[in-house]
Amino acid sequence: MASVSQVVTLPLPALPEGWAADKDFKAVGKLSGAVQRSIEPVGPHFLAHARRARHKRTFSEDDRIQAQESAKNVEDVDDGDESEPEDPMMLQSQAKDWKTQDHYKVLGLSKYRYKATEEQIKKAHRKKVLKHHPDKKAALGRAEDDQFFKCIQKATDILLDPIRRRQFDSVDEEADVEPPTKKQLQKGDFYKLWSKVFKSEARFSKTHPVPTFGDANATKEHVDEFYNFWYNFDSWRSFEYLDEDVPDDGESRDHKRHVERKNQNSRKKKKAEDNARLRKLLDDASAGDERIKRFRQEANAAKNKKKFEKEAAEKKAAEEAQAKKEAEEKAKADAEAAAKADREAGKKAKEAAKNAVKKNKRVLKSSVKDANYFTSGDASAAQIDAVLGDVELVQGKIDPDEIAALAGKLNGLTVADEIKGVWTAEVKRLVDAGKLKEGEAKTLV
Amino acid sequence: MSESNGVKSAVEPGNRVAIGITFGNSNSSIAFTVDDKVEVIANEDGDRQIPTALSYVDGDEYYGTQAKAFLVRNPTNTIAYFRDFLGQEFKSIDPTHCHAAAHPQDASGAVSFTVKDKAGEEDAPSDISVSEAATRYLRRLVTAASEYLGRKVTSAVITVPTNFSEKQREALIKAASDADLEVLQLISDPIAAVLAYDARPEAKTEDKIIVVADLGGTRSDVAVVASRGGMYTILATAHDYEFAGVHLDQALMEYFAKEFIKKHTVDPRSNARSLAKLRLESEATKKALSLGTNAQFSVESLADGFDFSATLNRTRYEMVGRKVFEGFNRLVESVVKKAELDVLDVDEVIMCGGTSHTPRIATNFQSIFPESTVILAPATSTTAINPSELQARGAALQVSLIQEYEATDIEQSTHPAVTTVKHISNAIGVVTVNAEGEDVFTPIMQAETAVPARRTVHIAAAAEGGDVLIKVVEGGTHIKVTKPEPKARVEEVPEDEDDSDFEDEEEEEKREKIWKIGTPLAEAAIKGVSKGGKVEVTINVAGDLSVTVTAREVGGKGGVRGNLQAP
Repeated sequence: MASVSQVVTLPLPALPEGWAADKDFKAVGKLSGAVQRSIEPVGPHFLAHARRARHKRTFSEDDRIQAQESAKNVEDVDDGDESEPEDPMMLQSQAKDWKTQDHYKVLGLSKYRYKATEEQIKKAHRKKVLKHHPDKKAALGRAEDDQFFKCIQKATDILLDPIRRRQFDSVDEEADVEPPTKKQLQKGDFYKLWSKVFKSEARFSKTHPVPTFGDANATKEHVDEFYNFWYNFDSWRSFEYLDEDVPDDGESRDHKRHVERKNQNSRKKKKAEDNARLRKLLDDASAGDERIKRFRQEANAAKNKKKFEKEAAEKKAAEEAQAKKEAEEKAKADAEAAAKADREAGKKAKEAAKNAVKKNKRVLKSSVKDANYFTSGDASAAQIDAVLGDVELVQGKIDPDEIAALAGKLNGLTVADEIKGVWTAEVKRLVDAGKLKEGEAKTLV
Repeated sequence: MSESNGVKSAVEPGNRVAIGITFGNSNSSIAFTVDDKVEVIANEDGDRQIPTALSYVDGDEYYGTQAKAFLVRNPTNTIAYFRDFLGQEFKSIDPTHCHAAAHPQDASGAVSFTVKDKAGEEDAPSDISVSEAATRYLRRLVTAASEYLGRKVTSAVITVPTNFSEKQREALIKAASDADLEVLQLISDPIAAVLAYDARPEAKTEDKIIVVADLGGTRSDVAVVASRGGMYTILATAHDYEFAGVHLDQALMEYFAKEFIKKHTVDPRSNARSLAKLRLESEATKKALSLGTNAQFSVESLADGFDFSATLNRTRYEMVGRKVFEGFNRLVESVVKKAELDVLDVDEVIMCGGTSHTPRIATNFQSIFPESTVILAPATSTTAINPSELQARGAALQVSLIQEYEATDIEQSTHPAVTTVKHISNAIGVVTVNAEGEDVFTPIMQAETAVPARRTVHIAAAAEGGDVLIKVVEGGTHIKVTKPEPKARVEEVPEDEDDSDFEDEEEEEKREKIWKIGTPLAEAAIKGVSKGGKVEVTINVAGDLSVTVTAREVGGKGGVRGNLQAP
């Protein structure tokens, strides 16, 4: 191979930092593979190649065969697959009846129909020509038998013209799949049966891919997409093929126009009928579609669930509010009761204290009485008055607790000196506290 | 190639006078090379495209144009369109095109023609096998060439369709050797056409993908060929018998027949002789319309004694033949698809075969392929070689290359053991940086290159020089489709059908071929490249797919060298 030197203007990247390799070269991968092909043994460069190849040729005979066999074959092998059996009735068909003939069947392509590729049609045609050419018939001694051959030619003519093929495909009833009947639906799988119908209808779609019918477990999105697509189906189906023959221009012009108009109208009518048919098909399918029912139920269930949840939440909130209110009321009542009890208790305590003070006061007075008013012998009225007056003075100066304490100290004492001592201490304490002035309550000192 | 089955012994290389022959179904051509210049030989009648037909009148044999003319007056004794029957059994031939000539007969499985090839009333017609017919025809071709060259032609390279079976090849070689012609090699039609273009002095050896559209009289063959450093590999082929020259003739015949009926209310197709006249003149009109924009169709006594004359312009012709033209388009597209390529991958379309003269076909192809694709046809390229002569030229070139070799040498060189080699599946290249600073793949060796192979490339280093990284990677392509923004629809009137058509045209999507970087293979560094310097990278893939990468600065010493093991 000659070294082809090309020049690239785009620059190479700069060496990244820290890149290092032994001898500045690093092998990273290997070639990902190769295909065995035959180069054409033609041209000066091949000659050079052959020379090189032959100089170090070590191939054994076996290798030669191997190489030959493994070379990727670019030529089509004429697949001798058995074509469809030919219906003897079909072989009798007349070329003039081409409008009614099934072109796919004539070419032995009934199992492909609208799916047949151009190559398949060409191959099928060739196969049929090889078999049915009038010269072949003549070889068998059947001259003038070219009707079926003409049918073959007509079929190929139509199927190889994309426009006329579409026209024929539009009215190719053999490719239609009848919608399933109720009986079939009872027995068979609903989705499988309808899938077939829509698969065959999909051939008319201008847009591809066409969404599939799906099965029982299809998602809601899938089903929605399917019905949306099909209710807005854009079909290329047309009905020119069924046109009445327009008379050749030799005859009356008016008549020709009349026929043309008639054809136009009937095409339109058929198209409208076809659209209606498809709509009905869809209505039927969707009416029986369990998935739609299921989705509706699910949607309803979801809606109900929401409603229920909302109600529950409301109820709960109401209950909580009620409880809160009750608790508040209870707390208030409790507080009131407690306050009342407190008040009553306070009253009792007060009275008790009052009684205690009275009692203690009595103790105080009786104590001085016990001490015989700190006199020996009978005490004069003036003395008694002075002592009681001082006792009252002291009593007035001290609070009930102190009275109680004083009463406690005095209680049980009968000896006049001891009583006197207590009182003296008391008066002294009071004087010290500044509650009594020096000189007051002299009788008790 | 083969010299089995008692074929006469090879001619000594020194005594050879060799020519290139294209033996077609409709037409044949002969060519020879002198001082590296190819010349297509005109026969005694001055024809360079010699109709493949033989006709017998009163024991005289006619061939070429004269024989073809006898299709009108002497159809039963005229043999035509028989090349494809060679080596075939009767049950597998398509006799359609022989309808207006001698009909092929079943001779115990083989194909033969029954013609009266001897003079005298009493002589019964004789059976001529296809092989015999081919021998007779080739003998006439050889005679014509010998007369032109002044020396007896001994050897030839013959082109055959790519789908010719081994049996058909053997039958052709046998027929040739019966005509005292040594077949040096049979080469395939499309490659002969490619060779004819590549052998032009101004042609460069490039790596390219070529579509060869061989549109002939009775069949169309399209091949996708990878041309890699001057070596050719066929990636895909298609053979079509439904769209070819005769179908254009047919369309014209229908058209003129209808015109004739309008005038005279007689159908010229109902009578064999009228039909033959119609066919011949239709073909002539078709050829005239490839050159001029108007052509005259005139036949004397077309049917029932009525003369007929009409003018046809090219536009009308293109309308009449539209169906066939579209068939060609689809055929070419399907082959490109079959080769798992995209139209964007195709660098060249070579149109050969007589039908390729038709301008409309070439302009149609122009619209299929991107603008960068060169369509080599007379209508689209001024430098195009006459499509009818391409294959004969290719054959003559091959003759000049191999005529000095011994027949055994040639046979061994063309053996599958030599021709079947590995072809790399992915392109090999290096990573370079584009203006936006992104890494992009720059191919050095394209996919489908036969190994062993070597490619050298010069790559600019970074502008300021310094150290550069050479990252050798595999690359693949994908087609990037960018749809233009749909235009805001302005008050669309639903009934207006024309409007939508118009919009379709506007929304043409843009398709680009994008390289993407695949598996890394190796990394190498070149240090200290001078400012504005270049780096030379050589990739050498050996027969076992091991790779040697060599890189050095152009003009510098040393460099880096490394190996990748075979997978």
